[in-house]
Amino acid sequence: MVACNGSTLHRIPLLNAEEIEKVAHLARLGLNREEREAYALDLSRILDLVSQMNAVATDGVEPMTHPDEAGLRLRPDGVSGEIDRDRLLAIAPKTRDGLYLVPKVIE
Amino acid sequence: MEWETVIGLEVHAQLKTKSKIFSGAPTAYGAAPNTQANVVDAALPGVLPVLNGEAVRMAARLGLAIGATVHKRSVFARKNYFYPDLPKGYQISQYEHPIVEHGRLAITTASGEKIIGITRAHLEEDAGKSLHEDMGGFTGIDLNRAGTPLLEIVSEPDMRSAAEAVAYLKTLHTLVRYLEICDGNMQEGSFRCDANVSVRPLGETRLGTRAELKNINSFRFVERAIEYEVRRQIALLSSGGQVRQETRLYDSARDETRSMRSKEEANDYRYFPDPDLPTLLLTDAFLAEVKDAMPELPDAKRRRFCEQYGLSVYDAGVLTASREMAQYYEDAVKAADVEPKLVANWVTGELAARLNEEGLDIACAKVTAQGLAGLVRRVADGTVSGKMAKDVFEAMWAGEGDADAIIGARGLRQISDDSAIEEVVRQVIAANPKQLAQYRAGEEKVFTFFVGQTMKASRGKANPAKVNEILKRLLAP
Amino acid sequence: MTLTITKIAEDLAAGRCSSREIVDDLLVRIKAHSALNAFISVDEDAARQGAEAADRARRAGAGVLAGVPIAHKDIFCTSGVKTTCGSRMLADFVPPYDATVVEKMKAAGCVMVGKTNMDEFAMGSSNETSFFGPVRNPWDPQRVPGGSSGGSAAAVAARLVPGATGTDTGGSIRQPAALCGITGLKPSYGRVSRYGLIAFASSLDQAGPLAQSAADCAHLLSAMAGFDVRDATSLDVPVPDYAATLGKDLKGLRIGVVKEHFAQGVEPAVLDVLREALREYERQGAVLVDVSLPNSAHAVPCYYVLAPAEASSNLARYDGVRYGFRAAEYKDLEDMYKKTRSEGFGPEVKRRIMIGTYALSAGYYDAYYLKALKLRRLIADDFARAFERCDVLAGPASPSTAFALGAKNTDPVSMYLNDIFTIPVNLAGLPALSMPAGFVGGLPVGMQLIGRYLDEARLLNVAHRFQEVTDWHARVPAGI
Repeated sequence: MVACNGSTLHRIPLLNAEEIEKVAHLARLGLNREEREAYALDLSRILDLVSQMNAVATDGVEPMTHPDEAGLRLRPDGVSGEIDRDRLLAIAPKTRDGLYLVPKVIE
Repeated sequence: MEWETVIGLEVHAQLKTKSKIFSGAPTAYGAAPNTQANVVDAALPGVLPVLNGEAVRMAARLGLAIGATVHKRSVFARKNYFYPDLPKGYQISQYEHPIVEHGRLAITTASGEKIIGITRAHLEEDAGKSLHEDMGGFTGIDLNRAGTPLLEIVSEPDMRSAAEAVAYLKTLHTLVRYLEICDGNMQEGSFRCDANVSVRPLGETRLGTRAELKNINSFRFVERAIEYEVRRQIALLSSGGQVRQETRLYDSARDETRSMRSKEEANDYRYFPDPDLPTLLLTDAFLAEVKDAMPELPDAKRRRFCEQYGLSVYDAGVLTASREMAQYYEDAVKAADVEPKLVANWVTGELAARLNEEGLDIACAKVTAQGLAGLVRRVADGTVSGKMAKDVFEAMWAGEGDADAIIGARGLRQISDDSAIEEVVRQVIAANPKQLAQYRAGEEKVFTFFVGQTMKASRGKANPAKVNEILKRLLAP
Repeated sequence: MTLTITKIAEDLAAGRCSSREIVDDLLVRIKAHSALNAFISVDEDAARQGAEAADRARRAGAGVLAGVPIAHKDIFCTSGVKTTCGSRMLADFVPPYDATVVEKMKAAGCVMVGKTNMDEFAMGSSNETSFFGPVRNPWDPQRVPGGSSGGSAAAVAARLVPGATGTDTGGSIRQPAALCGITGLKPSYGRVSRYGLIAFASSLDQAGPLAQSAADCAHLLSAMAGFDVRDATSLDVPVPDYAATLGKDLKGLRIGVVKEHFAQGVEPAVLDVLREALREYERQGAVLVDVSLPNSAHAVPCYYVLAPAEASSNLARYDGVRYGFRAAEYKDLEDMYKKTRSEGFGPEVKRRIMIGTYALSAGYYDAYYLKALKLRRLIADDFARAFERCDVLAGPASPSTAFALGAKNTDPVSMYLNDIFTIPVNLAGLPALSMPAGFVGGLPVGMQLIGRYLDEARLLNVAHRFQEVTDWHARVPAGI
């Protein structure tokens, strides 16, 4: 259904359902079948767009990770600011005895 | 077939900073849950990390101490994975560009000194703690530890036995405490160790498949865990099986390692440079400052103790096992102004034994360096005998006062006056004519009987050397 | 009612009106125009109290912005005030702290009247991805206001507030400013603290002002900008008094006309408006220089690797453990994560998390992420080369005027291409603004001016000189 709206002529999605599921799991996103199919198409389109980067030769180019390359500023070691535990825990979905609670983690 | 064990160790040393690596929250251990985690540690929306300069300084200090390259350019990356005690959903850690690389550490093994290569040491943040017990089917999350600075020190696979692994760990443990970058408390998790263990047929140069052992929180357990794992792998390979590359947990109660299947899921951490933290650039001035502030290292100190105080390698080793111990010794030597070897005997003897018995750290010794010096001085000048001095030491430990006060109060002053001792000896000889006859008949072992009787008669206070000398003279026919 | 910040400041200083009166008036207007959906939350009582406090403070002598009402994009954390980031995930999130921008503007005396609507987690160019519904363009309610700072732009365009804050990761201040006919500035990366700004893509995000004029933006930027120890990417350089530097003449100013920006793909009528604006600059003594940014053509693909990659990691903290939404029912921890995140995030956010996760995953890092970082360098280098020959660059802020609601919803790529002129600027970390340059079919056209690193003062002056002789920025939509 989404495919009909596609503006680009898309041959085969670059990503199959299995790959989509793997990525969704890494990102901890639960997708139903419909969403998986929609994302497979969307992501394939986006990757198609992204693949235009390959038109540019970048051999020997230094990667640019930050706009500011002055280097990291260091903070003096000292305790600063206050910690209001009650206020922090008050916004949590589930707490008990000063702890955040989650479903039991099986080690 | 003969097998060779290959071990590499990864140590996580918690750095002794006042505040966290990326936030101003305190790093105190044992506080009530979630009272040491601020908005940055709890990863609230919008918060940002700012690097603690002291953590960088500490990492550089270790780098210089192990003769490593301290890189002027290093990069913090994000290691992405979901876990409830990892608030941001990623751990900030150095990955491709660590601050320290290519170091080495000399360890002492049964067959002499051995150099262990240190691949790298990098800065990262600790996670919080998950509490699984008594939560009524839930897991509780305490973020107090989240953001505590860690230095992960990774060795080369250079160790060939559990004993070598322990020697390496102990040497490193001493070093980080010397450098005052880590308190080394293994029970509190300040110094944690994972071991990569594999075996291969002797002579083989390729590495075998390794298992990573986790959760080994004492030197003893490191040794046991590795020994168990080596036996397991050899048994497996000998029976035609194969070692699986996996993470195994050491269970100290059962003294075995077992597979952590839950961690087997293939992880893809998607490391990438943290966009919140520009590249860490260190200047020459910064490194020079770190170098100038370097304390004397264990090796250098041990050598100096041998030369300056005339100590054996063994004694020097014991005395330099920690910076505090070495400091205690040097303070005592200075205050006592006697033969340094005598002071060494007391520190490595009575004092060490007492500390060990009570499980105390040298910092908590109940006899100060100055106090011990006062006692040793009285031994050296003959005021008390070595045997009496031990009683005095016990009294000092019990808080009864300094050596002179105790010697005075208990009347323990040694009798060294010749005429006084002669008087006692004459009485002893007169009271034991039978033994005198035996001695004079050639039974020389009766001599010790007379020594004992004389000491007894003097209530232990007679100077033993003098007693010997006078007895010999008066017993002579 | 078309009061500018500059005018309000004068009136307040002269005692012609009180902050309380202005705020009361605006609150009425905000209600009257609630159909625009520009605000996610308005706290009337707090706004009135804030205004009264400012009025008291003014008597004791206060700064230019004391008592001036503003709105914050709902991406800035406000202590005790709900901050949603346009997402179900944070629909009930009340931060325990203020963003630095909020703190600084409070200190300058600004009175916050509310929090503006936005694309969810700032991901969008039309304001249609908000969990709280789309914002409508005051010039035509059937059209989008642009995004992601669409609520702020619409609020200023509809004169609901004289100024507002926004954030710009790939054009999120400039594009909505263009589509709503107002002035919006994205400062140099590092100029304004990001602390308390809910992160989308950390190496690209930057906060800035939206207002009717460059002069108003100058006042707001002076209050917002400055070093912050809590942000490691914040620049420790002094902040000029931007308003004080306005008015310098433009004789000899070299304006770089970007060849690639005056090309096909842009509505011809939009280009005509821009050419006319450039002629105005020539009349003021500026010189036009042809320049080229050859690698900018690949900025969109580059951006759609880097921004989602950073976002996929930045948004991992929304796990339902410490704050925000948690799914109602779940089997176990994994299920809680997955349900919380798939129910809490909208489709566009999930799409970008997916693409970012994919781009960083094993085996693809070099082909996508590393490649994009290298391309980013080339794009930044193009700008450096262009600025050897000119002082500012000029071009369109958007290839078209405001498009219809729903027009670009079905194909993410067509939506992404909308930001083709704004994205390269974020990649390079440069300052840029959009200002009204004319109209096409009754809809505003925005001109983008790009400056050298930290050259905000010049950019604001160049826009200001244009606004002194034109009235495009002063036009008000019908019915407003």
